[in-house]
Amino acid sequence: MAAVSLTVNGKPVTADVDPRTLLVQLLREHLRLTGTHVGCDTSQCGACVVHVNGKATKSCTVLALQLEGANVLTIEGLAAADGPLHPMQEAFRENHGLQCGYCTPGMIMTAVDIVRRKGNDLDDHTIREELEGNICRCTGYHNIVKAIAAGARAMRGSGATSRAAE
Amino acid sequence: MYAFTFHRPQTLRQAASLLAKNEEAKLLAGGHSLLPTMKLRLAGPPQLIDLSLVEGLAGIEQSGRSLTIGAMTRHNDVNTSPVAQQAIPALAKVAGMIGDPAVRHMGTIGGSIANNDPNADYPAVCLGLGATIITNKRRIKADDFFTGMFSTALEPAEIITKVSFPIPKKAAYQKFRNQASRFALVGVFVSKRGSEIRVAVTGAGSNGVFRVTSFEEALKKRFSPKSLEGMSIPADGMNSDIHGSAEYRAHLVGVLARRAVAEAIGKSAA
Amino acid sequence: MSVTGIGAAVRRKEDRRFITGTGHYTDDINRPGQASIYFIRSPHAHAKIKKIDTHEAARMPGVAGVFTGEQFAQDKLGNLICGWTVLSKDGSPMKMAPHAALAAGKANHVGDAVAVVIADTLAQAKDAAEKVVVDYEPLPAVVDPAKAAAKGAPLIHESAPNNTIYNWHLGDADATNAALKNAKHVTTLEFINNRLVPNAMEPRAALAEYDAASGSLTLWNATQNPHVARLVIAAFVGMAPENKLRVIAPDVGGGFGSKIFIYPEEVVCLWAARKVGRPVKWTAERSESFITDAHGRDHVTKAQMAFDGEGKITGLKVHTTANLGAYMSTFSSAVPTFLYATLLSGQYEIPHIYCEVDAVYTNTVPVDAYRGAGRPEATFVVERLVEAGARELGVDPAVLRQKNFVKKFPYQTSVASLYDAGDYHASLAKALEIHDYKGFAKRKRESERNGKLRGIGFATYIEACGVAPSALVGQLGAGVGLWESAEVRVNPTGSVEVLTGCHQHGQGHETTFAQLVADRLGLSIDQVNVLHGDTDTVQFGMGTYGSRSGAVGMSAIVKALDKVEAKAKKIAAHLLEAAEGDIVFKDGKFTVAGTDKSAAWGEVALGAYVAHKFPTSEIEPGLKEGAFYDPTNFTFPAGCHICEVEIDPETGEATVVSWTAVDDFGTVINPMIVEGQVHGGVAQGVGQALLEHTVYDDKGQLVSGSYMDYAMPRADNLPSFHVDTTVTKCPSNPLGIKGCGEAGAIAAPAAVMNAITNALGTELIDMPATAPAIWAVLHKANKMPRAA
Repeated sequence: MAAVSLTVNGKPVTADVDPRTLLVQLLREHLRLTGTHVGCDTSQCGACVVHVNGKATKSCTVLALQLEGANVLTIEGLAAADGPLHPMQEAFRENHGLQCGYCTPGMIMTAVDIVRRKGNDLDDHTIREELEGNICRCTGYHNIVKAIAAGARAMRGSGATSRAAE
Repeated sequence: MYAFTFHRPQTLRQAASLLAKNEEAKLLAGGHSLLPTMKLRLAGPPQLIDLSLVEGLAGIEQSGRSLTIGAMTRHNDVNTSPVAQQAIPALAKVAGMIGDPAVRHMGTIGGSIANNDPNADYPAVCLGLGATIITNKRRIKADDFFTGMFSTALEPAEIITKVSFPIPKKAAYQKFRNQASRFALVGVFVSKRGSEIRVAVTGAGSNGVFRVTSFEEALKKRFSPKSLEGMSIPADGMNSDIHGSAEYRAHLVGVLARRAVAEAIGKSAA
Repeated sequence: MSVTGIGAAVRRKEDRRFITGTGHYTDDINRPGQASIYFIRSPHAHAKIKKIDTHEAARMPGVAGVFTGEQFAQDKLGNLICGWTVLSKDGSPMKMAPHAALAAGKANHVGDAVAVVIADTLAQAKDAAEKVVVDYEPLPAVVDPAKAAAKGAPLIHESAPNNTIYNWHLGDADATNAALKNAKHVTTLEFINNRLVPNAMEPRAALAEYDAASGSLTLWNATQNPHVARLVIAAFVGMAPENKLRVIAPDVGGGFGSKIFIYPEEVVCLWAARKVGRPVKWTAERSESFITDAHGRDHVTKAQMAFDGEGKITGLKVHTTANLGAYMSTFSSAVPTFLYATLLSGQYEIPHIYCEVDAVYTNTVPVDAYRGAGRPEATFVVERLVEAGARELGVDPAVLRQKNFVKKFPYQTSVASLYDAGDYHASLAKALEIHDYKGFAKRKRESERNGKLRGIGFATYIEACGVAPSALVGQLGAGVGLWESAEVRVNPTGSVEVLTGCHQHGQGHETTFAQLVADRLGLSIDQVNVLHGDTDTVQFGMGTYGSRSGAVGMSAIVKALDKVEAKAKKIAAHLLEAAEGDIVFKDGKFTVAGTDKSAAWGEVALGAYVAHKFPTSEIEPGLKEGAFYDPTNFTFPAGCHICEVEIDPETGEATVVSWTAVDDFGTVINPMIVEGQVHGGVAQGVGQALLEHTVYDDKGQLVSGSYMDYAMPRADNLPSFHVDTTVTKCPSNPLGIKGCGEAGAIAAPAAVMNAITNALGTELIDMPATAPAIWAVLHKANKMPRAA
C-alpha cells in the first residue's frame, strides 16, 4: 500500500492505495464518486474522462500514484451540488444529448475540454473529430454534437470553465 | 493488473539505476500503451518506474536546422507548440492525429517510439525525417533504432531522453485509420530535405516501420505525386488481418504516398 | 397541446442525475461486507473439462470461496432456458440443450464460465484465479452456421443431432414455387447478415445479497426486465421462491436487447452470495462483454423475388440458416422465426411467400434479440431484393416500390401479419422531397468530378412492434403472455406515482409516461413520478424490448387512468352533491355539467383519503388503481429511409453523406425523444452496414474481441440526420402509438447497402462494407480509376 495526496473537486484527499489502483478506482471505490464510469478496458470509450490539472484525461489509464499533488475535477465537481448546472450540462439536457446516461459524464467533461482548447464557436466537423475518444451507443451523436455546440456558445462569458484549470 | 512496486525517480541517473537493478522493470512514460496491457494482464512488470518527475525530459526547442523534443513531451504539447508548428508543421500535425484528445494529453513521444507499435505514427515520423534518438548513453539514428515490431535498438537500462529532427524543406503525413483501434492501418510520412528524400511507412509492414526506397528514388527525380503514378509496393511482407489484406495495405502505401507528396507540395491530395 | 402534454418536446426529468454524475447504475451500488467475483472462462471454443484443481487458489489472500461447475451441478439447480418453443416442419419441438450457469464436463464456447473465485477485492480474485488449474481436452469446433449441420461437423450437444435446433417454415411452398416458375423476372441474392456485438456502454453487472434471517435474496441487475428475470430464476433455476427473491434493475446504461436475457452471471452471483454468506458483485469488463453478452443477427440467406411483366411482385422465397450459438438464449428461438418471417412482405402486396429457417448450434457466444431482432434481417432481405430487382428491371427503385405498396388496410399478408394502418406512399413522398431525390444525378456528377463514386439507397421498411397479444404468442410457443401492467397511485395531496412493468434504460419513460398522466389529470409533470425496475415496488411486468413500452406499457397506464378517473368522478359527485353522470372532468377540474360548481383535482384526491363525504360501504376510501393491458394486435410502424454515400475508389472508404428518415410511429408523445431514438437506431444500422465486424477464426476464437478490433460507430463516422414523421394512428391501442425504438436499426442496414451497391454497380458485397471490402470489389472488377 502507498499513500497519495491530491485535490479532487477542490477538496484535499489522501488515500492509502494498492499501487495498481487506477484513478477511476480511486474515484469510484475509495471516494465513492461514481459519476465517472468504465465502459471499456482498452482506453477507447471515454466514459471515464475527468480533468487532471485542467486537461481531459482517461482516468482508467492513469495510476492513482501518478497523481500525487494533482488537481482532479470530475463530473460531480463541475457544478456545485445545490447551485446552477454548468452551461455544458444544461446544453446536454436542453438538446437531448443523452439517453441512457452512461457515457454522459465523460462526454460532458470532454466537451468542456474541447471548449478550453478550441474556443466557443465550434462547427460540427470539429466537434465530431474531437469526440474520437468518446463512444456513445444510444444517441447516434446527432444531439451530442448539437449540445456541445450550444454548450460552447453558452460558456462564452458565463465564467464557467473547468475549475481545475483556473 | 499484477502487483508491482512503484518508483518515482527525480533524476535520470536514479531512473537508470533503478532500471539497471531491476531487469524486468518497465518505464512509465504516458502509460497509454503500457497500462492497458497491464490491465489485461498481458504484461506484469514487477517494478514500474514513473518518469514524470524526472527533470529535463520534457520540452521543445529549435536550434539551428534541427528541432529537439524531450522524451516526456506529451503529444498535445507537440501538436500545439508554436515552435514545432513553425519548424516542422507536418510533425506538429501528426502529434494531433495520435489517439484521441485525452490520450494526447498523456501520451509521450519517448514512450511511443520506445514501444515501437507497428501501427503507431511517431516511428514513421522519426524514420521519415531521419531523426536521431538520444538516450542517456548515446545517439541512435532512426534508421538503426527501429528493429522490428515492438522492438528497438535500446539496450537494458537505456532511456530515451530526446529526439532530434532535422528540419525538412517539405514534409507531410497521410494516415488511413483502422476504424476500430484508430491506429494507422497504413500511414505514410514523406519528406524532402535538400537532395534527401524519405518515404516511411507504418501500419503496413509485418516487421514494423520501413522506408520505401523505390518511391524515394522516383521522388528524387521530381518531388511530385506524378512521380509515383502507378507505383505500388509488393504485398509480400505486408500485414494481413481482419482489418485489411496484404494486397490492400500495399495498395494503400502507394495511394497515401502520392497524397502525402501532394500535401507536402501544397497541392490537392486527390 | 399543453407545454408538457402529449406531443410536446418536454426536456427529460431523468437527465439531472445523469448530467451531474449522480445516477445509480448497478456497479455504483455497494453493500456492507461485499465481495468480488471473478469468472474463470474457457479459452477453448469446445473442450472437455477433465479436472479443475482449486486447492492453491482457495488459500490465496482474501479468497472467500472457489467453486466449479461440478459444485454448481451438485446443488441440483435448474438450467437457463429459452422461453419460446418453436416447432420444426415435422411438428417436433426445438432441441433445447441443457444450459447450466456454470459449465461442467464440457465448455461450448470461448467465454463459457467453468469456475468462479470470490474474494475481498477483484484484484485478489484475479490473482487467485491464476492458481486455478483447469485441465481441458480441446475438441474440434464449428463456428460457421453454414457448416454446422454438415456431415462430420463436431457435435456440440448430444440432444441436438446435426447441431440442428429446428427446421422451421412459414408460408405456402407450392404456390411460391409456382410464382417463381411463372415469373417474368426473378431476382436472386445471397447474403450474410453479419453477427453483431450489442455493446451497451454500461457493461452487464450483478450484485447479489442473501439475508439469512428472512431467507431472502436480493439481486441488483443491469436488466431490461427484472420481473422476467425473477420468474426465470425462481421458477426454472429454482434459486429461491419468487416471494423470496427481489430483483432491482436500477439505472441501466443501454440494453438494445442484450440485457433482456437471463444470463449465467446473475444466477451464479445469487448462488455464491448464499454460499459465502456475503454480498457478491460482478461487473463485466468490456473484453468479457464481448464473449458473454448475447450477440445479434448472424444469418446466412438465399432469397428470390419473382416479378411479373408489369413489375408487380408475385412471390418471395427465402431460405435462412440462423446461428444461435452454443446455447439457446432466453428468446433466441423466436428471433429468426416469428420476428423475421412474418415481416417478409415488407410494405408490399406479395401474394405468395415461403420461408424456411434452419437454426443451428455453433461453438460461439449465444445469439439472441438485438435492436430490431429479426425485423432488420427481414427488411434487409426484402429491401435489397426490391432495390436489386428495380435495377435489373431498369425501373426507378422508388417507382417500383410505389407500384407494389399495400394500399388498403387492414391488409392480411401471406405470412400471418395483419397490417392495421399505414400510408406508405406518404412517407416515401415526404422522404423524396426532403432528400431532394431529384437532385441526386447532379450531386453524383459533382462527386465524380472529385474522383468519388456516389450512391443512393432506400429502405421502405415495416416492423411489428407492441409485443404482443398474449393468446397469439401463446399459440406460437411463447412461455409467457406479453401484456403490460400499470398502477396509478394518487396521493392525498394530488401528486401521483405511476408504477410500470416497463423498464427504461435510455428511453425516457420517466418523462413520457409522466407526460401522459399529467396531460390526462391536468397536472404538471413534476407532480408525476414514474417508478419502475423493482419487483418489490411494481407487482409484475414484462419489461422493455420490441418497441413495446409506448404501445403496450402506456396503454396499461391509460386503462389504470380510466379507472382512477371513474372512481374520482364518483367521489367528486359526493363532494359536489351532484349526480355522478353530471360530473365532467377536464383540465384537472371536476365540474357539475351546466353549473359553476367544481372541485379541483387536489380536493377530490384529498377527499378520497379523508373519506368523510361518501359512503365507504359503496366506495372504498383511497385513490389507486391498477390495470393489465393485453394488446389485440401487433403494431406496424413503417417508414422510408434514404441514405446517400460517397466512396473514395482509391481507398474504398465509404462515407454516409446524408440521411433522410420519414417514419410513421402513430401518435408521438415526445418528438424530441422519438427523434433521438431514430438517430441512435440509424447509427447502429450504419455501424452494422459499414463498420461492425464480428470475426471468429475457425478454432472459435473471437478475433474482434475488443474495441481495438471491433469498430464501434464514432461521431466522425456519421452525419447529422434529417428526421421527420408522417402519422397514421394505430387503431388497436387507446393512444394510437406504434413504437419507435428499433426503426432506425431496422431500416438503416438495407438503406446503406442499397446506396453502396448503387455506387459500386454490383450487388456482390456483404456487410460490413468496410474500406478494404469495397476496395476488393472495385479491384476485382478492375474498376480502379487511374492514379491521380
